[in-house]
Amino acid sequence: MEDLISLAVKAIFVENLALSFFLGMCTFIAVSKKISTAIGLGISVMVVQSITVPANNLILGYLLAPGALAWAGFPDVDLTFLGLISYIGVIAALVQILEMVLDKYFPPLYNALGVFLPLITVNCAILGGSLFMVERGYDFTESVTYGVSSGFGWALAITAMAGVREKLKYSDIPDGLQGLGITFITAGLMAMAFMSFSGVKL
Amino acid sequence: MAQTRREMLIDPMVDNNPITLQVLGICSALAVTSSLQVAFVMAVAVTLVTGFSSMFISMIRSQIPGSIRIIVQMVIIASLVILVDQMLKAYAFEISKTLSVFVGLIITNCIVMGRAEAFAMKNPPVDSFIDGVGNGLGYGLILMLVGVIRELFGSGSLFGVTILETVNNGGWYVPNGLLLLPPSAFFIIGLLIWGFRTWKPAQVEEREYKIQTVEAH
Repeated sequence: MEDLISLAVKAIFVENLALSFFLGMCTFIAVSKKISTAIGLGISVMVVQSITVPANNLILGYLLAPGALAWAGFPDVDLTFLGLISYIGVIAALVQILEMVLDKYFPPLYNALGVFLPLITVNCAILGGSLFMVERGYDFTESVTYGVSSGFGWALAITAMAGVREKLKYSDIPDGLQGLGITFITAGLMAMAFMSFSGVKL
Repeated sequence: MAQTRREMLIDPMVDNNPITLQVLGICSALAVTSSLQVAFVMAVAVTLVTGFSSMFISMIRSQIPGSIRIIVQMVIIASLVILVDQMLKAYAFEISKTLSVFVGLIITNCIVMGRAEAFAMKNPPVDSFIDGVGNGLGYGLILMLVGVIRELFGSGSLFGVTILETVNNGGWYVPNGLLLLPPSAFFIIGLLIWGFRTWKPAQVEEREYKIQTVEAH
C-alpha cells in the first residue's frame, strides 16, 4: 500500500507528465486559455488515462510479452515489437467506445467532455503513460495507480497553467513574446516550481 | 502549383516553422534536447517518418474513406515508427535507451499527423514527400538549436566532444546545471520564439487586450 501511495505522489508531482516529461504539450499550450475548458480537458485526460494504462497492461501481459501466448499454445512467440501499434489502437478504440457510452448513458457528461475526447487520442500524455508503464514494468495494481495519478497530475498542471494565463492576457508583454512565447516561459517557471517537489518522499 | 518544390522545402524551416509558428510537435522537442547527439537522431527519425508517411498516405489518398482516415493514417505512421524503433534498437542501442519512450511518441507527434491531414490528403506523392521532409527539417532545426545551447552551456561539450573545459576536469568553465533540467527547454524555446518573431514581425500574435495609454495634459 505504501508503495502505491509513493508511486502516486511521484507520478503527480515529481514526474509530472506535462511539466517534467513535456507530454501532451501541444494540447497543454493550445487549450489552456480558459480555466473551465482546461478543467474539462484535464478530467477527460484523467478518465481516459485511468482506463487505457491498465487496459494496455493487460494487453501486454496476456498477448504481447515474450511467452505471454502460452495459454493459446504458443509459448515461444514474442510479439513485443507490435507494442506501439497495439497501444495506439487500444487508445483510439477505447476513446471511441467511451465517447459512445457517455453519449448514450450520461448525456450531461458527454456535453461537457465530448469535444475533448477526439483530441485525446493524439495526446502524447496518454500514449506516453502506457509506454512508461511498459518500460518500468508495472504490474496491474501499479498500472491502475499510475494511470489515475499521472492523469491527475496532468489535469493539475493544465488547470494551474490556465489560471496563470487568464491573468497574463492583461499584462503588457513585448510584441514578439506575445502568446506562444510567454506561455512557454510561464510553463518553464511552473516546471521549476514542480521540481521542488522532488525531495518529497513518503 | 502555387509553390515550387524548393520553396516547399525551405518554407517550413523559417517562415512557417512547425514548432515556433504552428505549435506542433513540441512534446518531444523539449524532452530529447539535453544532448546534441540524441537531438540529432531524433530529428533524423522524425524527418524520415514525416516524409515517408506523407508519401504513403498521399499514394492511397483517393482510396481512403473519409470517415476512417484518421485510423488509416495512424496505422501507417505507427508502422513507420515501429520500423524506426527496431532499427535504432538494432544499430544504436545506447541512443535508443536514452530516447526511451520518445521514439514511440513520434506516433502522436502532431507534426506527422498535421502534415498528413493538411497536405498529403490533397497533393500528389512526390510533393507530399518534399513537404514532409521540409517540415521534419524545420522541426530538426529548432531541435538542434536547443540541443546546441543546452549541451554547450549545460555540460560544456558538443556531440560529446569537450569544447569548454569544465571546472571538474581542471578547466575554467562552470557548467550551468539548470540547462540540463527540463525547465530550461521551456525557456530556450520561449526565447527562440521571441527571436524568430522579432526577425519576422508578421508572425507576431494579436493582443487580446491593449494597454491604454493616457496622454499627459
